[in-house]
Amino acid sequence: MTPTLTISRLTKRFGDVEALQDVSLTLMAGKRAALLGHNGAGKSTMMKIVLGLIPFDGGEVSVCGARPGSPAARAQVAYLPENAAFHPALTGEEQLRYYLSLRGESPRQAMELLSRVGLAHAARRRIGTYSKGMRQRVGLAQTLIGRPRLLVLDEPTSGLDPVSRRDFYDLLDGLSAEGTAILLSSHVLTEVEARTDSILILSGGRLVAEGTLAALRARAALPVSLLVRPAPDHAAALAAAYPQGLPGEDGVLRLTCAQADKLPLLAGIAALGTKIADLDVIPPSLEDIYSHFSRRDGQ
Amino acid sequence: MSRILATAVCEFRIALRNRWVSIATGMMVLFALVLAAAGSAPTGEVGVDRLSVTVASLTSLAVYLVPLLALLMSFDAVAGEVERGTLPLLLTYPVSRLQILLGKLLAHLAILGLAATLGYGAAALVAVWTDPAAVEGLGALWRLIWSSVVLGATFLGAGYALSALARRPSGAAGLAIALWLAAVVLYDLALLALIVTDGGGAFTTQALPVALLANPADAFRVFNLSAAQAVAAAGGIGGAAGAIPLWQSAASLLVWPLAAVALAVAAFRRVTP
Repeated sequence: MTPTLTISRLTKRFGDVEALQDVSLTLMAGKRAALLGHNGAGKSTMMKIVLGLIPFDGGEVSVCGARPGSPAARAQVAYLPENAAFHPALTGEEQLRYYLSLRGESPRQAMELLSRVGLAHAARRRIGTYSKGMRQRVGLAQTLIGRPRLLVLDEPTSGLDPVSRRDFYDLLDGLSAEGTAILLSSHVLTEVEARTDSILILSGGRLVAEGTLAALRARAALPVSLLVRPAPDHAAALAAAYPQGLPGEDGVLRLTCAQADKLPLLAGIAALGTKIADLDVIPPSLEDIYSHFSRRDGQ
Repeated sequence: MSRILATAVCEFRIALRNRWVSIATGMMVLFALVLAAAGSAPTGEVGVDRLSVTVASLTSLAVYLVPLLALLMSFDAVAGEVERGTLPLLLTYPVSRLQILLGKLLAHLAILGLAATLGYGAAALVAVWTDPAAVEGLGALWRLIWSSVVLGATFLGAGYALSALARRPSGAAGLAIALWLAAVVLYDLALLALIVTDGGGAFTTQALPVALLANPADAFRVFNLSAAQAVAAAGGIGGAAGAIPLWQSAASLLVWPLAAVALAVAAFRRVTP
């Protein structure tokens, strides 16, 4: 099976600035990849190259087996720009009818697409009267036209409320189940955590990490935190047993250890028996993993 | 073709909502009616029907008004999409930049055609109403309408090119007004000044016809005046029309739109969203 998107050793310069250096990745049909990175890390640049909107300086990019931006590639790729914008004088329905015609689809599907993103009630109103979240939904609706094989979504959930975000990811799940490959960028790490197959971290134009969340977690090998709450009157005994711990509020002791030392430490705490009232194990968050990789390189 | 039509329908709708259709039509009707009323005096003495005289006056009006309307409608075409941020998404669709520009051109030409037909038509109605013999001039009226649309195509193309070069609506508007002043007003003033200083010498006989053909607005004026044989009714630069064969002014009129649209497509292709 050939990948939907292949990027190998991609390089892009803006004057003296290396916006992308030696970036390689492959995205198979039906897979969802999240692109993470600071502002200016190269996420939007990479997306625009995949869409054929801007040229690149080195490497190779293949979109559905075609050159990015070629008619064959454009017919199979849909894009949602960051802050999707439309002509304010058109209604949502008219705008979608236009996009449908451009893709060679029947304009009659416009209302159905707007219903799928929950905008049927505002279809006949001008886009100039829409809120940011509503414009984002129009943008989302146009990506659903004609079963694209690759979806490129730049910060797709910015401007959406939490419920809409969940609906949005449900839509994506449906598309990827039908074989659409999805490349999306996001600032909100917790939402990509559960909803994507792999995570790509860009930093200073380089791909510094790539893989499933579990793989990245293992590679980062960040320490685990344990919050131990002593039973009444046993705070001093606990602090004496673990002098390396940091005492917090209510006598709660915070211990950190490497992944490999976690089980022996737990066994030791459990051995204290009734002196312990409660215990929480806190794995490193996606934010911790993200800062670990994006800070290590290219800053 | 369907993509060009879809773009044209969308652009026409936008122009309708932005009042461009009513502004263009209103201006044309208003000016044409004023001319029709003011131009009623010289009939009889010239010895041609009333409508032909009106058409000669309308030609002088169209030389200024059609390029102005065309530039006003077109300067926003590319720069506006860039500023609104709608261009990147549009360019990811399976539609070529040529198709996008042709779609916009089709919509704007339809508006110009509508405005010219209604405006000139109103003036023609006045002429025929007061002088039934004026129906003889209908051929000249029809020629004025289609040549106005062709002249409009030239300045629409030029407007798209400026819009793509400027990339910001404010800059594009400035360039469009500058082009209108230079091509329609200053060019003729410069020619008149040269004729006066030349005093019927080599410039007037050799260079002037070429200079008139090189400017689409002048070619339009020369074409309509010499085709209607209404040279006598027009003064100024138009008086030179008799020296230029009709096919030459027609060729200039028809070649200019192609050149302007080619320039616009070349400029649009250089825009990176």
